[in-house]
Amino acid sequence: MQNRRVVITGMGTVNPLGHDVDSTWNGILGGDMGPTPVEIFNAGTFPTQFASQVKNFDFEAAVPNAKTHEKAGRHCKFAIAAALQAWKQSGLADFAELDKSRTGVYLGSGEGSLDFENFISLIVEGWDEENRQVDATKWAQLAKQRLDMYREMEQDSNMVCAHLAAEFGVTGPAYNVLTACAASTQAIGEAVMQVRYGYADTIITGGAHSMIHPLGMTGFNRLTALSQRNDDIAHSSRPFDLTRDGFVLGEGASILIIETLEQAQKRGAPILAEVVGYGASADAFRITDQDPEGEGAASSMRAALADANLTPADIDYISAHGTGTKQNDQVETLAIKAAMGELAPTTPVSSVKSMLGHLIAAAGATELITCILAMRDQILPPTANLNTPDPDCDLDYIANEPRKADVNICMSNSMGFGGQNNTLIIKQFEA
Amino acid sequence: MTDKRVVITGVGPISALGVGIDEFWANLLEGKSGIAPISKFDPSNFLCQVAGQIEGFSARKCVPKSYRKAVKVMARDIELAVGAADAAFRDSGIETKGTSDEPNIQSSRLGCNIGAGLICCELDEMGLAATTATTDGKFDLTKWGETGMQNLTPLWLLKYLPNMLSCHVTIIHGAEGPSNCITCGDAASHLGVGESTIYIKRGAADAVITGGAESKLNMLGLFRPSIMNRLCNDSNDNPTAAIKPFDAAHSGTAIGEGGGLLILEDYDRAKERGSKMYAEVVGFGAACDPKGIELENPTAGNLAQAAVSAIKNAGITPEDIDAIFATGTGVAGEDTAEAAEWKKVFGERLSEIPACAITAQTGIAFAGNGGLQLVAAAKSVMEQTLPPTVNFQTPAEGCELNLTSQARKTDIKYIITGTFTVGGQSGVCILKKVEA
Repeated sequence: MQNRRVVITGMGTVNPLGHDVDSTWNGILGGDMGPTPVEIFNAGTFPTQFASQVKNFDFEAAVPNAKTHEKAGRHCKFAIAAALQAWKQSGLADFAELDKSRTGVYLGSGEGSLDFENFISLIVEGWDEENRQVDATKWAQLAKQRLDMYREMEQDSNMVCAHLAAEFGVTGPAYNVLTACAASTQAIGEAVMQVRYGYADTIITGGAHSMIHPLGMTGFNRLTALSQRNDDIAHSSRPFDLTRDGFVLGEGASILIIETLEQAQKRGAPILAEVVGYGASADAFRITDQDPEGEGAASSMRAALADANLTPADIDYISAHGTGTKQNDQVETLAIKAAMGELAPTTPVSSVKSMLGHLIAAAGATELITCILAMRDQILPPTANLNTPDPDCDLDYIANEPRKADVNICMSNSMGFGGQNNTLIIKQFEA
Repeated sequence: MTDKRVVITGVGPISALGVGIDEFWANLLEGKSGIAPISKFDPSNFLCQVAGQIEGFSARKCVPKSYRKAVKVMARDIELAVGAADAAFRDSGIETKGTSDEPNIQSSRLGCNIGAGLICCELDEMGLAATTATTDGKFDLTKWGETGMQNLTPLWLLKYLPNMLSCHVTIIHGAEGPSNCITCGDAASHLGVGESTIYIKRGAADAVITGGAESKLNMLGLFRPSIMNRLCNDSNDNPTAAIKPFDAAHSGTAIGEGGGLLILEDYDRAKERGSKMYAEVVGFGAACDPKGIELENPTAGNLAQAAVSAIKNAGITPEDIDAIFATGTGVAGEDTAEAAEWKKVFGERLSEIPACAITAQTGIAFAGNGGLQLVAAAKSVMEQTLPPTVNFQTPAEGCELNLTSQARKTDIKYIITGTFTVGGQSGVCILKKVEA
């Protein structure tokens, strides 16, 4: 069996802090805050009235082929723009020998935004009050008049894969996974396995998501998972802070190009990092709660370390899942302690969700990009809005200010609702 | 990566043809159809009014007593996966936390990878809440935010997340190894089996429960494929004739709720515990067609490229393949595209290789469709028997697959099974008769 080294040669992102990698990084190091009042719909009476939104994104300007993708969903448009940035940086466009049948797409993308107005009006207007149910005949009649084929089918989460395959004309293995908040970390990890073991040579990977629509906000509000700090929106995302009251819903897309080291070297590509470890696990505990001891998340970190053949002492920085919910941050702290042992207190950990918000399926890929940048610039991104220490969260979270450091190896964690945990480890490339 | 061999030691189909392999297989061989008039709601205003419905099934019967309450937060898709998982584990002889007080597998060595689709929320449940937030008969978002949404159960969202198929199964059975949820349309199950094989080969798990499940048996689920002109509308009075895979009279497909889960296991472990083995998973390939975004034009997702990769991955040649387990949705453009892909792989020999498609009997189960196919393909290898292709009489133009409307005994060392999805992705697996 083949066992090939896998490197990252391109990256791109569209998120609430920027529409490319550099502006995002500048925003993070400068302490920009993503959350603002919801503009996508009127959330004025919702328990949570704000979100971390992608603003002023000009799809036509960002994507020369915009017309080809005009029917794509909001998150998919972010993904196409992010993928173009990554593709350009990787130099693959100029690599005439690229075998497109060995080039795949492996994403952790969410479902496309629902056609909410029509969806809800069909239910309300089709309602049979006497029988307390939707009248199927009436509903079908209205559906035929109002629902659009593309608007409906673009909600399938595999359509982002389809658009990226179309944009770059690639025909290799194509996957989408949707393990909630862990999806794009899982996608990158499994994509690395595909390349490492010879199923593909190059993969466009990452994730995209937007749940900033009435039902998405409703769902998370009903779970009481969202921050309701409507009176201090800019500082609402407070991972590891005692006053944290939930996560801030974000949106966006981040895409990376991974390929074999051999191919990258042969074509003289920029090598941004090597992906050396991947771990995955399940809490197998409860759908509503994480394993309170953090054993599931710890096991994912241990698996990644073992895969990378590294020990906790090798890890210079951990990009936490760090959502800002009471439970996540406490459990993740325990998990880091379990996995890192006595080195836990001295290993810098931070959550860039404090600024970006929680990009759900796209979160992991976006956070991995910040790890690559931390290695490039030898500076660690902070956890913003961390002013009141929580006795249950007692690690070094790089509070509020970026920190100069020797950064050679980074670990990035993601944990999904339902208990799916994933960890990636990347390393500065050394020949 | 190790050179570990991966075998299928348990299967759990769930479909209108039955729950569990014995009932499912017997009905398949008899040529029985699971397609019937839709009774879950009044379909009279829909183009296609027939489907494969699973009657009398509840996941309550398939979970430990302590977990019965959780069934309330399971969408139908999740219930199907939970039912299929119970059947698959019991079939495999692997005892888990969900089936026994004394599990015989270590939790951390058991993985899970269950494909799912876009799960539609229950419209009646949404209606009960939404109709409390109206002004002049129209939905009012302001009222919804103020009070309306409070009428939805707090766990509402968790009922419909696609990863919950995997999550409930991991919780019930204590599977703490790698856990994934592939949402790649109808290709999900094949991709899941391929990926799960890698889990075992790279040493991340000793056994994995994988496949997929989906139920589109709801108004939106029935409506979406109909606006794509995928559903037949000429058999509402004759449901069993609705789907005619690769037949000249093919006129569309019908939905069938269901799925199939398989237990993949390290061969050495399976041998040591004296397990039965359906087949060995020896090859896997995946591909996609960039034209997948053109929803008006059916594509088979570059299935031939995936098949050629899988054959290469298995270390064999197309000449070695003894049987083809095809998809055959019954949608004219899709059948034509699929048949052309198989032709690319096998050339003139295509008409000689025994082939089958079971869609006419089960309906299309979307993310669960490949699971049903894989379960049946594994059983075909074990029994050296191919199920019939029901409603196949006259080959559609360009279709050279060797199909018969009766089940047949045939020697199968290698069987190839592949599928593809709207959106343009495809996956192919090659199963082999188990040899010591």
